[in-house]
Amino acid sequence: MRMRTLVASAAIAGVALAAAGCADSRSHAQAVYMLVDNSGTYAREAGKAELVVNYLLGTLRPGDSFAVARVENRSFTEKDIVAKAMFDTRPSQANAQKRAFRDKTDAYLKTVQGTAHTDITGGLIQGAEFLNETGAGKKTIIIFSDMQEDLDKVTIRNFPIRLDNIRVIAVNVTKLNTDNIDPRRYLGRLEAWQKRVTAAGAAEWKVINDIERLDGIFADS
Amino acid sequence: MIWPDNAALSVLVLSLITMFVLYAARAPMHGLLRSASHALGGSMRLGARWLFGVAEEMKARNKAVLLAQGRRETGQRIEREFERLGLLVTRDLQGYPTLQRKLLEEITRVEEDYKKCGEVPPPPPDWVDAVTAVAKIKTGGGEVVQKILVDIRQSLESIHDKALAEYRRAYQMRHSILEGFMPYWRSLDKTMKQVDKSMAGMQDAATAVDAQMATYKKIAAKSDEAESTLTNSAFTQFAIAGLVMAVALGGAFVNFKLIALPMSEMVGASDYITASLRTSEVAALVIILVEASMGLFVMESLRITHLFPRIANLNDRMRRRMVWISLGLLLTLAGIESALALMRDMLIADKQALLQSLAATPAAASEGWLSRIPTAGQMVLGFILPFALAFVAVPLESFIHSARTVGGALLVNLVRALAFALRIVGNIARQAGRVLVHAYDVLIVLPLLLEQLVHSLRSGGPAPEARPVDATEKILRPY
Repeated sequence: MRMRTLVASAAIAGVALAAAGCADSRSHAQAVYMLVDNSGTYAREAGKAELVVNYLLGTLRPGDSFAVARVENRSFTEKDIVAKAMFDTRPSQANAQKRAFRDKTDAYLKTVQGTAHTDITGGLIQGAEFLNETGAGKKTIIIFSDMQEDLDKVTIRNFPIRLDNIRVIAVNVTKLNTDNIDPRRYLGRLEAWQKRVTAAGAAEWKVINDIERLDGIFADS
Repeated sequence: MIWPDNAALSVLVLSLITMFVLYAARAPMHGLLRSASHALGGSMRLGARWLFGVAEEMKARNKAVLLAQGRRETGQRIEREFERLGLLVTRDLQGYPTLQRKLLEEITRVEEDYKKCGEVPPPPPDWVDAVTAVAKIKTGGGEVVQKILVDIRQSLESIHDKALAEYRRAYQMRHSILEGFMPYWRSLDKTMKQVDKSMAGMQDAATAVDAQMATYKKIAAKSDEAESTLTNSAFTQFAIAGLVMAVALGGAFVNFKLIALPMSEMVGASDYITASLRTSEVAALVIILVEASMGLFVMESLRITHLFPRIANLNDRMRRRMVWISLGLLLTLAGIESALALMRDMLIADKQALLQSLAATPAAASEGWLSRIPTAGQMVLGFILPFALAFVAVPLESFIHSARTVGGALLVNLVRALAFALRIVGNIARQAGRVLVHAYDVLIVLPLLLEQLVHSLRSGGPAPEARPVDATEKILRPY
């Protein structure tokens, strides 16, 4: 009888160890950092940005992280983060956090004021810093902008940046008046960003102008 | 190439050389092919024979296990039938002496009453003869005589009325006695029916015992019929138990769906055991399995199932305690599950409200009490399903017991099929050796024809019989 008890104990211990060994230590959470361009005429697109924020709030799961930051004259600062949250692992708490998040971003997007310059690179560096701190398994930066960087003379951004394992998605990249005159400017701008982002080690570069197509990007995550 | 300019000639010469080399190596090559095919075929036949032996052994062992199991089960059934019979005897025949006394008393009483009924009314007085004699007297027209006769007639009429009244009274009395019979007859009838029913019940029980005893005898005699019956019964049990367990699995799945989401509220929704398996899902699964285990313990403690001999052997006091503990835990888990089902509904509603607010669409109007029906349904389901799952223990036991027989029978057939396949492959290998020997001779057909020609020239007669196809036939003997 003792032998049987011993065998049973060993089996239970084995199963427990196997279960512990099987535990997946990788992070399945995802983190999204959304940059909203405030510059010039693009500030009028704030309504669409609200749609994207709401879509992401509906898609992100408990345990995920989300931050919305503005792109302005110089964006490499925490002060530009409008709202950020690491959603609780409990669904009920996460829902409450999402409501609070939505209220915060709504309030901001209704009072957007255009800025003179656009520092997308600074926003990207700030975003990468935020995402790496979250330790999420899947990191995404969404750039809601026309992707026209316009720095003042003092700001320095012409150096290599690091976006390792981060996918970068440019959303609602509107065409400027000059792009309409010469579309090569628009295509060249996107190509230049793609090169820069890829060189920075980004996992993926994507341009989505139809907001409804975001479904395909986040549906499987 | 011997002659690079003349490829055809080169190939021809090379072929001839090869042919003669092969001819020279004919005997050892035939031997090699034959030995190889024999070795391969022989080992396969050996393997097949061993497998057939194993299958027979397994079949014998399966039969022994099956018969032992059948004997035990039939023995238990007989035991139960005897218990039933004992109960019947105790219940019905224990009161039989009282019943018999009652019957005898009632019969005696009825007999006495019957005798009373048989009493004849009092006979008419003796003077009737005198009256007859007087009636024969001739009046002769005399007034005195006529007067006397009138007086006599009047007296007779009054006496007759009296006698008739007495006669009627006597019959009335007998009728009242007969009427008094009725309750006794009814009681007798009832008692007899009761006795009849008891006897019929005992007869049925005795017939059932007889049938079980006949089965037991067959099993004890280890007859093939008993084995076949038990195997068929095991297959039927296996199929039925499998079906019921599949239904129970469906119930468990519904149960899992009910509590998987709310469990994320307890253990978090972002922890994963594997790439696609969340901790909350595993926790829900564990709760369901614990419920099933508690149900199993309840069934074991009630001695409905006998999967754990240790529990079955516990004394009654301990067993009762175990029933209450398991039932208490099951009840608690059912309560928790019901609460989780409610929480699930609330979480879904909350998520829905959030999505609606994010989509800026107006919230759907509440349907009042109608919208509460699914919530109530989920709660009731959450409470009932753990108890329903507890009954899985019964088909589980049947499944496990019958699986031994079914698995054993299938394994025997599998081993036999394997043995048959090995035997076929062995035969093919042996035949392939012969085919290869023939094919070898086809390759060296020219030297063989030459050899035949030389033989015929030497002997000066007609060409001798063709050489044996197998050059090693004289050397190697089949084993």
